[in-house]
Amino acid sequence: MRGMTFIVQTMVMFLIGFIMLFGVYVVITGHLSPGGGFAGGVILASGLLLVVLAFGADTVRARLGHNLAVTWETLGAIGFLGIALLGFIAGTFFAHFMRPASGFRLFTGGAIPYSNIAIGLKVGAGLFGAFLMLAAFRAGEKGSGDE
Amino acid sequence: MTEVLPALYALMLFMLIGAIIAVETRDLLSSVLCLGAVGLALAVVDLVLKAPDLALTQAVVETFAVVLMIRLVVAREDTTREFTGDTLHVAFVSALLVVLLLISWQCFEGLRPVGDPLMTMGNEYLEAGRATGAANRVTAVILDFRAYDTLGEATVIFVAILGCYALLRTRGKTEPQIHADERE
Repeated sequence: MRGMTFIVQTMVMFLIGFIMLFGVYVVITGHLSPGGGFAGGVILASGLLLVVLAFGADTVRARLGHNLAVTWETLGAIGFLGIALLGFIAGTFFAHFMRPASGFRLFTGGAIPYSNIAIGLKVGAGLFGAFLMLAAFRAGEKGSGDE
Repeated sequence: MTEVLPALYALMLFMLIGAIIAVETRDLLSSVLCLGAVGLALAVVDLVLKAPDLALTQAVVETFAVVLMIRLVVAREDTTREFTGDTLHVAFVSALLVVLLLISWQCFEGLRPVGDPLMTMGNEYLEAGRATGAANRVTAVILDFRAYDTLGEATVIFVAILGCYALLRTRGKTEPQIHADERE
């Protein structure tokens, strides 16, 4: 899959920072404002998708690779499961193990922000990896998919 | 509730027209674009019904899905499709639709108006959500009261993407398999 023209690439280079920043914002303030891990993760994946469309799948795969996406996705999944298992400190699966502060500040809500971050990582990296795989599929070259 | 009803009806009409065009058009690209318009209108409906979390997720996922589908459609050489269906088929489906509409009209007569639910579960969540400390009660429900649901959903996505990797991989496939993939 080839990339697009120089104009598109320059615009993407301008915009990608803002898009990723917005995605991170939606993920880490998921317990305060609308959004959360899933929506923020999809925004992150959409930003990376824009990069794939503008620069071509081969360039992106050379710079990032599937292994990175798989690693981050697995880390997110393990992180969420780990937060669930940490509930055993307080007694049961998914129990409150942190004392939840309340109010409209960042470090409130106990373990909820950390769960949001884990889910955001998982969804973002997973969707990005799947799209990269789909974009690479048409190339049809042996060994191009998972390096 | 009543003040947003005209906007809701207009959005519903827009979504209906978009969905019908998406089904009936011959060009696959137009079909995908109409589907995207329906999804974004659904996001606006969520916003009008005061569900910003859902609206954000719907808008973002719809954009992602439309880009993915456009990418897949453009990869085809022929972006039109065969239109199947004869008069008898259409007449049968229309009659079935009318019957279903009449039945659902009867069912909806007995429902309570939107915004006045029979269940009082929502108020319980609003009260009990105070203990979680999360200001956004939707997140409190998703990641605290119903965290098992979220864990299941995360597992579903994980398995789906794992399946995507397994199906689309090229390493470990034999030569004839790769050539078979190319021919499709």
